[in-house]
Amino acid sequence: MILHVLRRLATGLVLAVLVTMITFLLLSTSFDDIAGSVLGSSATPARIEQQKAQLGLDRPVLVQYLDWLSHAVRGDFGLSYFTSEPVRSAITARLGVTLSVVLAALLLTAVVGVTLGVLAATRGGVVDRVAQGASLFGHLVPNLLIAIGLVWLLALRLHWFPATGYTPLGEDPTRWAASITIPVLALTAAGAASLTSQVRGAMIDELRKDYVRTLRTRGIRPRAILLRHALRNAAGPALTVLSLEFVQMFGGALVIEQVFALPGFGSYAFNASLQGDIPIIMGITLFAVLLVVCVNLLVDLANGWLNPKARIR
Amino acid sequence: MNTPPSNAAPAREQGGRDETPAGGRAPVRRLLRDPQAVLSAGVLLVVVALGLLTPFITEHGPNQASLEAINDEAGTHGYPLGGDKSGRDIFARLLHSVNTSVVSALIGTSIALAVGVTFGLIGGYYDRRLRGVTEWVFSLVMTFPGLLLLIVLLPVTRGDYRVTMMIFGVLLSPGIYRLVRNLVLGVRNEPYVDAARVSGLPDRRILGRHILYTVRGPVVIATAFLAGASIGVQSGLAFLGVGSSTVPSFGAMIADGFTNFYEEPLQLLWPSLALGVITACLVLLGNSLRDVLEGGRPKPSRITAPSRRPTTGPAAEADPPGLLTVQDLAVAYPTPSDGLNEVVSGVTLSLRAGETLGLVGESGSGKTQTAFAILGVLPAEAVVTRGSVRLDGRELLGLGERELSGIRGRAIAYVPQEPMANLDPSATVGSQLVEGLRAATPTPRREARERALALLDRVGIADPRRVFASYPHQLSGGMAQRVLIAGAVASRPSLLIADEPTTALDVTVQAEILDLLRDLREELNMALLLVTHNFGVVADSCDRVAVMRQGRIVETGDVLDLFRAPGHPYTRTLLDAILDEHAPRTDPPGIADERPLKEVR
Repeated sequence: MILHVLRRLATGLVLAVLVTMITFLLLSTSFDDIAGSVLGSSATPARIEQQKAQLGLDRPVLVQYLDWLSHAVRGDFGLSYFTSEPVRSAITARLGVTLSVVLAALLLTAVVGVTLGVLAATRGGVVDRVAQGASLFGHLVPNLLIAIGLVWLLALRLHWFPATGYTPLGEDPTRWAASITIPVLALTAAGAASLTSQVRGAMIDELRKDYVRTLRTRGIRPRAILLRHALRNAAGPALTVLSLEFVQMFGGALVIEQVFALPGFGSYAFNASLQGDIPIIMGITLFAVLLVVCVNLLVDLANGWLNPKARIR
Repeated sequence: MNTPPSNAAPAREQGGRDETPAGGRAPVRRLLRDPQAVLSAGVLLVVVALGLLTPFITEHGPNQASLEAINDEAGTHGYPLGGDKSGRDIFARLLHSVNTSVVSALIGTSIALAVGVTFGLIGGYYDRRLRGVTEWVFSLVMTFPGLLLLIVLLPVTRGDYRVTMMIFGVLLSPGIYRLVRNLVLGVRNEPYVDAARVSGLPDRRILGRHILYTVRGPVVIATAFLAGASIGVQSGLAFLGVGSSTVPSFGAMIADGFTNFYEEPLQLLWPSLALGVITACLVLLGNSLRDVLEGGRPKPSRITAPSRRPTTGPAAEADPPGLLTVQDLAVAYPTPSDGLNEVVSGVTLSLRAGETLGLVGESGSGKTQTAFAILGVLPAEAVVTRGSVRLDGRELLGLGERELSGIRGRAIAYVPQEPMANLDPSATVGSQLVEGLRAATPTPRREARERALALLDRVGIADPRRVFASYPHQLSGGMAQRVLIAGAVASRPSLLIADEPTTALDVTVQAEILDLLRDLREELNMALLLVTHNFGVVADSCDRVAVMRQGRIVETGDVLDLFRAPGHPYTRTLLDAILDEHAPRTDPPGIADERPLKEVR
């Protein structure tokens, strides 16, 4: 068991190294521009070369990468080219904003997706059509439009929630909740749409299986069969979809943060990329990969708990 | 869940989705009959055509700004939808954005398809080692947040949306890869592919001709969704301000409209509407394609007692003596053309307490459907069209699921055919037994546990504690069947229905299971309805036998009489058929019990 976790973590680290290396190699094609943008538009080619040397960008790419990696391993992600702010603390500060939105959306997605999916699979008729319609709507309308629609309705028309801005949790929990409500709803729409269809399909498959009939012949109530047996068996594939949703939402949060002016990971990444702030870009890439690795590991463990066949003994 | 069954009619419940299986008629013709497909494809065609005709129907360039046109009303100065906050023609920008979207969709989709299909074919067709590598690479691509990568790589793409869409295409490819790989894995061992290989066709030809042919349907469907995703991402990035400001795009227009929302809300509406309509049409078209090419999506089935047609059947007839009385039972399934197809047509049976009745017939004769109808566990779409099922004088047909679950387990129990498929794979054997025990008779958990262990011991399981804590996949088929028998007799039912209880088992185990059933029947004084196709089993275990054919009972009688002098020609044929084989069991019953049981794997 512990061995399995360690092995998964090790592959995760290999993945992190590979992704950051590829990113760095790709970025290395634009080092000239980056040095130029640090200096401003009036930079002469000679100044650019000088700047590159100063930033260490003139060394062989692989040497630079290994240099970055050896520092990153020790927790040192370097300083921003533009603000000289330490990258690690800047990222962790902003990660809280993004994670509170993404995790809340993930939780809501799970609740809504499973509820709608189960209802659609077991009630049929009108409930099924409504659930499928809602799921279709989530697929049909791009995230961006849902976000804008929600701002228009909930903030501008009804004034229930603020349209933009963020209040930290520590400052005022109620206002924090209000400030992330619309972003969370916007992120949930698409996620819940795919989870609903996944859960619906998996539940329909499970309910057709023989063991459900046998449980019925034992006098076990339908509700217990649904929740204790069928849903548990259907939960494995749903969890996998949920982990992919997490990755999706992490990307989607970029757009959402921009719409709602949230000071999160996404807007930070965006500004850094516009400027070519390599330490920040690299730090963000690494954090994102590690986060994904952790989520996948959690899903893996949960799957093992749900499905005894997949359990490592 | 206790809806009266009369209003259920689950067959109609799901509305009129066409049930014709895929591949019946030509797909294109069926697509043309689907209004959703025609409408969404039509809208897309019109939009693309408008985009292509842009130079001829607009007066202004997409970036041509005029001070007079700033926030202009719609329809003035040759600005059909007015001007935006920079004085640009909104109509012209919309049409140019259509072209940007089309180009994005083309680039993203074609890259995703090229990469995904190529590697999917390779990964699925060639050996495992190569697949391991492709698998790893694609799961790597899949785990990365795509949008974040596109933004992180801004310095590389320099904001050119075409380069960005190429990278996005690569990010989309894992989905296609998995789709194609699975399809190829499914067909690579099909006889026609084998035949092609044996006849010496090069792999390249086989892949191109035979395998690509089977994957084209799902790939066409995926393409619609890929195009939608590409357009969505391109707009999202443009909304963020990624990319050149001179490229007109829905995203950029939405961003402009968003900042200008309080003054001119319509400026936000037009691009949102256009983007929404295009992506919605792509998803709807994709769904239609899926329905046409792959058949309808699965329909929900409720856990509910079978629906029953109101009937004028033999209601108040005098009860014949006995435990179970089935009279004129008929079960039907709806056909695609809204008719009903009868699978059980007027079965009449009766069982006295403690008696064993064999229900014999070849597969498809309706034996199992009869058993399910008695238990009230027919599939949701089945309809009981007439008849009566009485247990101890109580009519079971027409009872709701809740009332039935009070009877099941306690008065009537069931042993299935496929032991492995009839245990919940993710619950321990013990928890399933305890749950059943406590559902039938409220028992404290500890007591139920003791009773379950005793039952496991009774059905001949060598190490009850170990099996109690095992999961079904850790058991052999024979042990699983013993567990199921233990579960069935746990609450001492008066009637046990066993549906081919030995068919799926090894020959050596079959006799043991039959012996066990027979012993338990005597011990608990149960009546046993033994559904089987095997006359040997009947001769061995049954008092009486009913022969079933095409949904009807053709002959009923005492086992000895029937073997001696079969009345119906069909019975004679069945008997002749088995008499050619060896006697089904030759071992004396005593030996079976001493044989070592299969160990827990």
